[in-house]
Amino acid sequence: MSRDRKLAWINGLLLPLLNVLTAFAATAVLFLLINVNPWEAAQTLLYGAFGYSEGVGYTFYYTTNFIFTGLAVAVAFHAGLFNIGGEGQAYIGGLGAGLVVFALFPELSPLVMIPASIVGALVFGAAWAVGPGYLQAYRGSHIVITTIMFNFLAATLMVYLMSKVLLEPGQMTPQSRLFPDNAWLPFVHDVLANFGIKVDRSPLNMSILLALVVAILVWFFLWQTRWGYAIRATGRNATAATYAGINQKKIIVVTMCISGALAGLVGINELLGYHHRIIMNFHVGYGFGGIAVALMGRNHPFGIVIAALLFGILYQGGAELAFEWSNISRDIVVVMQGLVILFCGALEYMYKPWLMRWLVPVSDSAKGAA
Amino acid sequence: MTYAIQLQGIDKRFGAVHANNKVDLAVETGSIHGIVGENGAGKSTLMSILYGFYQADSGTISVFGNAYRFTDSQQAINAGIGMVHQHFMLVDNFTVLENVVLGAEGGYALAAGMDAARRELKRLANEYGLHVDLDATIDSLSVGLQQRVEILKALYKGAKILILDEPTGVLTPQETDELFKIFAALKQQGVTIILITHKLREIMAITDQVSVMRQGTMVAHVNTDATDESQLAELMVGRKVLLDVSKQPGKPGESLLKVKQLNWSDQHGVARLKNINFDIKAGEILGVAGVSGNGQSELLDVLTGISRLQQGSIEVLGKEFTAKQPFDAATMRTMGMAHVPEDRHKMGMITDFSAAESAIMGYQQDSELNAGVWLKPELVRQRCSELMVAFDVRPKDVQLKSANFSGGNQQKLILAREMERSPDVLIIGQPTRGVDVGAIEFIHQRILAMRDAGKAVLLVSVELEEILSLSDRIVVLCDGEITGRMAVEDADERKLGMLMANVQESHDPLQAQMQEAVQ
Repeated sequence: MSRDRKLAWINGLLLPLLNVLTAFAATAVLFLLINVNPWEAAQTLLYGAFGYSEGVGYTFYYTTNFIFTGLAVAVAFHAGLFNIGGEGQAYIGGLGAGLVVFALFPELSPLVMIPASIVGALVFGAAWAVGPGYLQAYRGSHIVITTIMFNFLAATLMVYLMSKVLLEPGQMTPQSRLFPDNAWLPFVHDVLANFGIKVDRSPLNMSILLALVVAILVWFFLWQTRWGYAIRATGRNATAATYAGINQKKIIVVTMCISGALAGLVGINELLGYHHRIIMNFHVGYGFGGIAVALMGRNHPFGIVIAALLFGILYQGGAELAFEWSNISRDIVVVMQGLVILFCGALEYMYKPWLMRWLVPVSDSAKGAA
Repeated sequence: MTYAIQLQGIDKRFGAVHANNKVDLAVETGSIHGIVGENGAGKSTLMSILYGFYQADSGTISVFGNAYRFTDSQQAINAGIGMVHQHFMLVDNFTVLENVVLGAEGGYALAAGMDAARRELKRLANEYGLHVDLDATIDSLSVGLQQRVEILKALYKGAKILILDEPTGVLTPQETDELFKIFAALKQQGVTIILITHKLREIMAITDQVSVMRQGTMVAHVNTDATDESQLAELMVGRKVLLDVSKQPGKPGESLLKVKQLNWSDQHGVARLKNINFDIKAGEILGVAGVSGNGQSELLDVLTGISRLQQGSIEVLGKEFTAKQPFDAATMRTMGMAHVPEDRHKMGMITDFSAAESAIMGYQQDSELNAGVWLKPELVRQRCSELMVAFDVRPKDVQLKSANFSGGNQQKLILAREMERSPDVLIIGQPTRGVDVGAIEFIHQRILAMRDAGKAVLLVSVELEEILSLSDRIVVLCDGEITGRMAVEDADERKLGMLMANVQESHDPLQAQMQEAVQ
């Protein structure tokens, strides 16, 4: 194998794998400290994620959210922007999806209703990101600060709207009325039932297909279009991008819109796919989780799908753990996520020198050249 | 005979690259030893091994007869080796004294160490004729003086052997002369100097011995007085090269680029370009000479739309641009202007991109390459391989990361990208910076071919030889002003050097003598 191929394997597969395993090893130590047998815990976790069809459904349902937010972070990252605002953009995206549904005639065909609602999520998500994008591009306000602030703005705006404007009349719970049937995205268990395959009910809905299609589109956009080229050029070398006649300010604003729109799609999975009404805090954790997913997935759509699956497993398996073990709380998922982020993000290249010495010795690479 | 440095069988590989192949080198104590070679010949690697930046895979190092195995540069410094890098390692807003003691403060309390350092530096300055104001901040010093500070720094740390990497690249001819005087003084005091350069003229002027490297091997050690420039050049590239470009007289046509009353200030309000006026005709090369940092980069950026025009006008092929109509690099490209930037890594390409991606930079909007929004990958790759063939870029691998090409090949790829579309106005900055001799010849011929095809060429270069051999007319920039303009027939290095330093003609001793003689 040539040196370049080897390096690609090391960077693309071996390193992330080792990092994840290290994170798991650290989790195992943690479990030992709280008197939980890590081996049994791992079994519980995997059983929770894959052991029965409802669990599998939940795993993929969570995965869908992480794909959307992971892609959102990655697109921004390719332009050199760190979008921390996935939370707010997802929340407002959901609002947009719901508002479109309420604005349309309830009898409208799902073929119109659902795409219109998706567009609503995209537009609202983008709208929540365009402000920080503009401020970064034209006023130099740092995107990290502004997107965090917009997360808080989104949260308070939604509290207001849910309690004063969208609250279902006669209800105490801060939630809107139910969406009309025509705006519901089909559940996967219903779709499979049509083909005679019986699986248990779960929140998993057709949004997962949307997520996979969007992942492919993002790949195409970034690597096969001139806009993607301009975004990547801006992120890699802003001076060269200016030289190439690329308007960086425009790129920053546009990229943030795309990023926000992608995050907004979380609202589709959550609201159109499962809750069928606008609720509070459906988005919590996915925006930030998306950062870890993008990091782990090396900002590549394929990697993001894999990383999102891992996080889906952690979410669902972690819930199972908390359910089965009295001395494990649901927060353990957050701890595991944190460890994954620590080892995959902060300590990304910890093993690289060691791997290089073992797998790409100097003499070997010389042979490769000869 | 004693040797300051003896390297034996130094071998070093970087992955597939055999950077040093069984290299031997012996440098006599108290001599000035030149090391020449093309880019990528392994000079810098060898010196980095000697200075402890890299460790050799095999081979031995001995300094003043003692064997060493350096694992970091501190050990090399302790052994008496000092290095003056091509790019100075100085803190701009520190004083000379503070810079010199940096890393050798001698304790937690600064004052005592500073006083001792001041005394020691005064002694060194007197001994070697290295006079610098110790309390001046670095940013107030000229490049030549900054270099002097670097030399002082090395001597202060006890260097008996000085390695200088391309020391004259940023100096005016006068500053170069000063530097050579310092070398002579150092040599007299028994300091050994190793000079890495690709300027053969300097090797001939100052060194005692010279070693020639080619493709990682040492191909010759000769006494300087037993060789000449063309022999060295031949040894470097392994074949005869033409150092002088043969050039037909130009046939200038109508003006394609006119610059009028151009003024430009940076973000701090410092005027960088002051009342610049010139025009370039079809079939003409206008050379812009000057020490780097005197407004050349700003001029290139404003002309090509990278920096915003503030005052004055630029007329390209009869269309006038002023500060009122904003334009960017894309606008200028569609006007038929191409730009080979000074710094290929910072501006000319994106090192993380594949060669194919870098080869369409600036032309990514091109209708030929796009189908709607789809940037067709096969076309992009095909475009790149065409450019690679036309300019002999090696290796011809369009998928290889741009960073993995050698400097000369990166430059050829950029030149190919900008020239192959046959632009009417070609703006070139430092076309051969860090490029080896073989490639230089090729690049020069290409630039002349553009001229002969009736294009207007603006050539900015810090290499006077390049300016003199390519240009039809020359303007000299100093501190953002044009301090002189002349036809190439009237120019020589000395004259340009005076103008580059903006020294009045009457201060020129030669000129003064001549004037006296006339009177």
